[in-house]
Amino acid sequence: MATLLAPEDFSPGEDAMALNKAFEGWGTDEKNIIWILGHRNADQRKQIRLAYQEIYLEDLIKKLKYELSGDLERAVCHWILDPVEREAVLAYESIIRNYRPDYRVILETALMKSAEELLTVKRTYQFLYKRSLEEDVASHTSGDMRKFLVAVVSVYRYEGEEIEEEVAHSEANILGDEIQGGGGCGGGGALNGAEEIIRILSTRSRPQLLATFNYYKRIHGTSITKSLDGDPADEFSAALRAAIQCIKNPKRYLQKVVHNSINRLGTEEDALSRVIVTRAEKDLKEMKDVYLKKNGRSLEDAVASETTGDYKAFLLTLLGNQDYF
Amino acid sequence: MAERKKITILVRRGKKLNQEGEKIMTSPEECEALRKAFSGPHGVEEKSMLEILVKCNLADLTTFRKNSPYIFLDDACRFEKWDPFHMKSLEIEFLRFQRAVIQRTMHPWERDALLVRKSLEEKPPLYNLLIELACTRTSDEFLGARKAFQCLYSESVEEFVAVKVQGFQRRLLVALVSTYRYEGMRIDEAAIKLECQKLGRAIKTDQNNEIEKDDEVLRILTTRSKHHLKTIHKCYKEAYDSNLEEDLDGIQILRDTVNCLCAPPIYFSKILDTAMSVCPTEQEKEALTRVIVTRTDVDMKEIAAEFNREYGAPLIDRIEAAALGNYRDFLVALVKRGMAN
Repeated sequence: MATLLAPEDFSPGEDAMALNKAFEGWGTDEKNIIWILGHRNADQRKQIRLAYQEIYLEDLIKKLKYELSGDLERAVCHWILDPVEREAVLAYESIIRNYRPDYRVILETALMKSAEELLTVKRTYQFLYKRSLEEDVASHTSGDMRKFLVAVVSVYRYEGEEIEEEVAHSEANILGDEIQGGGGCGGGGALNGAEEIIRILSTRSRPQLLATFNYYKRIHGTSITKSLDGDPADEFSAALRAAIQCIKNPKRYLQKVVHNSINRLGTEEDALSRVIVTRAEKDLKEMKDVYLKKNGRSLEDAVASETTGDYKAFLLTLLGNQDYF
Repeated sequence: MAERKKITILVRRGKKLNQEGEKIMTSPEECEALRKAFSGPHGVEEKSMLEILVKCNLADLTTFRKNSPYIFLDDACRFEKWDPFHMKSLEIEFLRFQRAVIQRTMHPWERDALLVRKSLEEKPPLYNLLIELACTRTSDEFLGARKAFQCLYSESVEEFVAVKVQGFQRRLLVALVSTYRYEGMRIDEAAIKLECQKLGRAIKTDQNNEIEKDDEVLRILTTRSKHHLKTIHKCYKEAYDSNLEEDLDGIQILRDTVNCLCAPPIYFSKILDTAMSVCPTEQEKEALTRVIVTRTDVDMKEIAAEFNREYGAPLIDRIEAAALGNYRDFLVALVKRGMAN
């Protein structure tokens, strides 16, 4: 369930004018911007963008980029986008902006949606950037990481519920050979080649993969993610683990991303913003419950204690917190 | 005595006789035409069969059988037996028109999904067919085929190809069937220059035909847009004074990939020529139907022009020489229609 609180009744024109007022003068009235935009759903935000363009002949996003700064600016500018456009923009920024693409963003983009949804994101990406997502991921990565990310982003996964038990069993064995054949049980060693693990993770349907992971645990006595645990500097293994966790339990995976980012604030605001902004209209409520269970405190408390200022206000608003104002 | 008298009377009346002196209704020319009608190599001549066979009496048929050593075997059974191999071929030739009609009427997605399946279930597998399907269709057309494949076989194309193909071909083929290429015209000149150099270097330094293992070559071929690749092809020609696909000649699947992506008419006219050559396999023959039926709405004009240029004869003339009956007429009509578009 969504955590966003948006009124039924609203006037895009009035909102556009109120936003413009917030931009006027020496400073910027961030509180008002947060109050308005933080309480509008995707459709409403789209109408506000259109109204602003009509009235002031300016792109609202450009204006926000100019008037806001830092973490708040990035979060709000992502928030205001239409969800599909946002996914494409996040993917693009994660590939192009950084020294190395953030594989977590690519994996979240590819694995947390249906085949059709991913296709829509890819089409939007092509429309915005005049290149395919595959070619950008490919040209900014190398080696096994490239093979894996490109495969995962390209696939049009089968979405039926059927499972072939024999195949799941045999592929669990194949995975075991590749993972453990390279350096002993429980990780620590490098993978014994990665062809099969990439093939299986990037082509099989989700139900088929879940069955395979179950067999893996039964056969090898340990979960596949534990087997892949190893040198934290080994990004490829980390990407494989992240992908498997994403496939197994997306909400728990996201909760972990948020938890890690809160503990590493100063370097990880992007991850925190990304999760909250992308899930506020989807299933942030369930994620909050998982977070509470796992960490013993609510996500709002964690955000409130670890972030500051208007950025904090914005995140809390999206989390459905009315008390802050 | 009476027999001889009968024969003399018949000869005087100008009636034809076979070797045994029996009356026959068909001329040697008609016999020859009938033989041709049964002999392919592409289709059957229904008209001849209809007209001539109806005229034939039993004596004609005996003569026909005795004079068609490739169709009937004169063996120990003391009668002219149908060669079972020829009978099997004839079944296929009769079906050729039917298959063309079904392919033409089938939804392109279903048609391509069935062809993808077939390409890897045949022994030996037909990698060039898979490459043709993945590379000559637009991104959305092939996506449709992928969806149809899931509908028909309850698994994705990616899973299927990944399991069926091993080794280095797997990387190329899985990537080719998975990618959703940008179909627009925007290109990055700097990237093209760089990638052209990378390809050139990879080809020149390749000692053991191992270029298909090269990560960068695979990346460029399997992710870049068609327009980008065509521009690289041009750039490569200017830089190295040779065609990219010719320099990749050592590895057929790479050569086919480049042709299908950069110049489909060249690829298609080549397989049309093979289909109508002297001794094609059944797989090679089927390409005649497939190419004409699938390209009549796309680039038939370019294919016909390329065919003429490369093989010195108009495509229609070659088809008329190689194919028979309704099948021939159907193909020729489709080619003409495609050229008029």
